[in-house]
Amino acid sequence: MTAPALELRKTALNDLHRAMGGRMVEFGGWDMPVQYPAGTMAEHLRTRTHAGLFDVSHMGEIDVRGPDAIPFVNRLVSNDATKLVDGQAQYSALTTPEGTVIDDLLVYRLAEDHLLLIVNAGTTDKDWDWIKSHYQNDDVELRNASAEYCQIALQGPDAISILQKLTDVPLSEIKYYHFRYAPVDTVPSIISRTGYTGEDGFEVYAPPDKAEQLWKRILDAGNFGSDDGVLPCGLAARNTLRLEAGMCLYGHEIDENTTLLEANLGWIAKLNKTDFIGREALAKQKEAGIKRKLVGFEVTDRGIARDGQDVLIDGQRAGNVTSGSPAPFLKKNIGMAYVPVDFADAGQRIQIDVRGKLLAAEIVPLPFYKRAKN
Amino acid sequence: MANVPDNLHYSKDHEWVRVDGDTAVIGITDHAQEQLGDVVYVELPKAGDEFAANDSFGSVESVKAVSEIFTPVSGKVAEVNQSLSDEPEKVNKDPYGEGWMIKTKMSKPGEVDSLLTAAEYEDFTKAEE
Repeated sequence: MTAPALELRKTALNDLHRAMGGRMVEFGGWDMPVQYPAGTMAEHLRTRTHAGLFDVSHMGEIDVRGPDAIPFVNRLVSNDATKLVDGQAQYSALTTPEGTVIDDLLVYRLAEDHLLLIVNAGTTDKDWDWIKSHYQNDDVELRNASAEYCQIALQGPDAISILQKLTDVPLSEIKYYHFRYAPVDTVPSIISRTGYTGEDGFEVYAPPDKAEQLWKRILDAGNFGSDDGVLPCGLAARNTLRLEAGMCLYGHEIDENTTLLEANLGWIAKLNKTDFIGREALAKQKEAGIKRKLVGFEVTDRGIARDGQDVLIDGQRAGNVTSGSPAPFLKKNIGMAYVPVDFADAGQRIQIDVRGKLLAAEIVPLPFYKRAKN
Repeated sequence: MANVPDNLHYSKDHEWVRVDGDTAVIGITDHAQEQLGDVVYVELPKAGDEFAANDSFGSVESVKAVSEIFTPVSGKVAEVNQSLSDEPEKVNKDPYGEGWMIKTKMSKPGEVDSLLTAAEYEDFTKAEE
């Protein structure tokens, strides 16, 4: 192992992760827990059946404030920020002029003149530079506010009842992809009904000096330690949960070499809104048709496909695995991959080159996992 | 702390060897399984396959990662722990017992003398951290 060039960044929960036995790894320049003593499998399953607690404070926050906040952001992102109402969040992307992805993000409308962009940890600095570089004479104030927030995600079917013990706001009234300002255990917070696991749940944004208090109080409220209580979860479970739910991870399914249309994210590319960077390229690609497409697959042979491995179709190398892993809840080995669009239908037989051994796999519909809605 | 039984020999790749006559029983250490996390898949050779010391004879996979496993001694595989294909979690639960991987008929039994003792292996894992 080589020493990292820069000292890793730490979230406000770093000491607590270590004290609780979290195994720490580097992720996007941050020192983060990859798993806790319960292990990835247990953390994943507990999140599906009860609740999991995740430190996602490494995510970046970019604050955009001023009368031009919405038109300014709307020039840079692919989804239509004018459709947001106060207290609503929207999945969106920063795109290059070629329609490829600089980052995927959430846009929160705090007020008509105030947006908060939630971006990926490893891309925060790049996004910040990109956004600043497109400032013209807009009446907005831009601030990289990443250090002003901790972010704690409570996910799973029991998330709502656990968090409700700590706040007076009726959580059932917060709709999916909406949020409220409200105290959680007296800590002023943004309570957002969003997540990255395929489960119902909340993401809580609060001042970093309150992170330990919130973390501990949520674990207590969720009966951490009992067989059906909340479990603190690491990045490995976060990854397998999002993969089962068929969600993209920046740097894997999407990056500056993949377009939104190829990644099945056409639904956040609003080509008919006012102009945005990448709109023209995406409109052209939509007209001409994409050549390759992101698909889900299930390995039918014994064995596990991993990130980066080659996909073969009819014996020809035809694409590569963007994410491959065991799926702990589905008890299958799954993955996502780019394949030529003519071979992208469910049922298509493919092979994955797993360290020189060709494993049979089959394209299946995405998402792999969808929770039962009440 | 990881368990390191006194009666075994250890490699720097975190395998253990238990000598039984001219047969070596081989598995991965408690420390190794702790580092890997939940083992979900174990790929092993077939009985009759031959390996030289330090050859890779298979792989062990957790949710997150794949690790090759290396044989510390030369010889022909006499028996493979087939039960690991359906119950790979045995590697986590009982790495020195039911989680054993292969039994090898040693062609150079003297090789075990160059492996680490329990005390040496414990020092080695501490130094690695």
